[in-house]
Amino acid sequence: MSTATMQDYRSSLGDPASRKFGTFSYLPPMSAEAIRAQVDYIVGRGWSPAIEHTEPHNAGGSYWYMWKLPLFGETRAEHVLAEAAACHKAHPGNHVRLVGYDMKRQTLGTAMVIYHGKAV
Amino acid sequence: MNQAKSAAYAAGVKAYRQTYWEPDYRVRDTDLLACFKITPQAGVEREEAAAAVAAESSTGTWTTVWTDLLTDLEHYKGRAYRIEEVPGDPSCFYAFVAYPIDLFEEGSVVNVFTSLVGNVFGFKAIRALRLEDVRFPIAYVMTCGGPPHGIQVERDKMDKYGRPLLGCTIKPKLGLSAKNYGRAVYECLRGGLDFTKDDENVNSQPFMRWRDRFGFVAEAIRKAEAETGEKKGHYLNVTAPTPEEMYRRAAFARELGMPIIMHDFLTGGFCANTGLANWCRENGVLLHIHRAMHAVIDRDRHHGIHFRVLLKALRLSGGDHLHTGTVVGKLEGDRQATLGWIDLLRERYVREDRARGIFFDQDWGSMPGAFAVASGGIHVWHMPALLAIFGDDAVFQFGGGTLGHPWGNAAGAAANRVALEACVEARNRGRDLEKEGKQILVAAAKSSPELKAAMETWKEVRFEFDTVDTLDVARAA
Repeated sequence: MSTATMQDYRSSLGDPASRKFGTFSYLPPMSAEAIRAQVDYIVGRGWSPAIEHTEPHNAGGSYWYMWKLPLFGETRAEHVLAEAAACHKAHPGNHVRLVGYDMKRQTLGTAMVIYHGKAV
Repeated sequence: MNQAKSAAYAAGVKAYRQTYWEPDYRVRDTDLLACFKITPQAGVEREEAAAAVAAESSTGTWTTVWTDLLTDLEHYKGRAYRIEEVPGDPSCFYAFVAYPIDLFEEGSVVNVFTSLVGNVFGFKAIRALRLEDVRFPIAYVMTCGGPPHGIQVERDKMDKYGRPLLGCTIKPKLGLSAKNYGRAVYECLRGGLDFTKDDENVNSQPFMRWRDRFGFVAEAIRKAEAETGEKKGHYLNVTAPTPEEMYRRAAFARELGMPIIMHDFLTGGFCANTGLANWCRENGVLLHIHRAMHAVIDRDRHHGIHFRVLLKALRLSGGDHLHTGTVVGKLEGDRQATLGWIDLLRERYVREDRARGIFFDQDWGSMPGAFAVASGGIHVWHMPALLAIFGDDAVFQFGGGTLGHPWGNAAGAAANRVALEACVEARNRGRDLEKEGKQILVAAAKSSPELKAAMETWKEVRFEFDTVDTLDVARAA
């Protein structure tokens, strides 16, 4: 048996901090270095990196706003990160996510929120 | 009685091999090919036994009949065309049989299996018989519906990308009231699981009728979705005594807006399963498939049907998820075999690979693949190995490994979710999950008291990474 004292699981409708945003949202916020490693993974798999964003209260839908077009053929992590930063600067209240389009499987290879707006 | 003989027709019994053994036969692209493991009775020659299996599973019967001459048996018959040794087992041999595609009704897994594993399995000339593998020609594959949605569509509908999905079978499997059952579901989902699951035994018993269960589970899902902002589902088991009842339950799940239902494809039967898969495709409901009864059929090395064949039957009949075993903690051979059949479940084209038990190239054409479901006896410590073995297109189901958490289901779910995401993050960085799994989990637990408690709870369960250490991580990633 666990020796740790039992804890309450903190999550509720009334607490916006309970909202999650897919892959990696149960980990602590990622460092710049950690995000860069995920960009390297995306381009290393041959996927197309892309940046999307949304107002927090519209986060539930399938379609977030595209920031420009997917960065087809872009393999330099710093360029991808620069676009994400530019998107965040232009929409500071929005969630911003990094996605990798896998054209062979016609799905997103991965998606993760890398800038968080104010949760609702 | 008139004993006059025709020039072309002689009544009586003749050796099967005269008609059904054709070692020079060149298989056609449209032929359905089968590999049987035959254990013949003493004194029966291999060619005769192989020919007998080909005959009895296609056009033949024990004696010549005059109506044979009304058709073109050369066209319709199955043929044994090759015999091979079974490595390390002289009691039996492999026989390869080719069947012309016209022998089978289009889109009917029922019909294919009625022939291939029908009367022939009780045939006296053989002591035991096992169907090891079947090559379904692409021409036949294209007549089948297959998975109602497939992996990609499910990811889009459920908004889950870049990682395996997480599930949990609600326990105790029998005896909970509908409201208490819904509580267990809600706690798992709010803690971070994507899915919960009805146990296969849960249908509509007196302690919890299906309509009550569906209603409380729907409420649990809606609240967990609102609370976490993530899409959630519960495999509502619609396996029922009759097809009519099965469809009634499926329709109610759809009315409730539930994303996924569940069926047991062997106890329910191929006919019911194919019908339900078609219903799911028409109604936009995902279909999880359980495999109760499979071990009765696939466990004996000499008799029955290998699981990879049952899996192919399911992919043709239709299902978006299929239980495939967990590998972890089992024998080396099991791992290779599992890697073979999860490829058969998910990939578009799978090449013959005897080291993985695959006897034929299998082309699935445009038929979608399905998620492999790893379930049974797994907990957070297994996470690195599971991810290395199964890759992303799998559902990991931790039953006891969620519900057995000392702080309850939500904490157990969160522990699993944190462990999974930490492993995915590390894999994406190029770290070796099997060598560094422990460090990855220990580091993740620093920011997750739920994971830390889970790791302490199950620490006495042996750390099994050594047994999978030889695995090629890149292959599964």
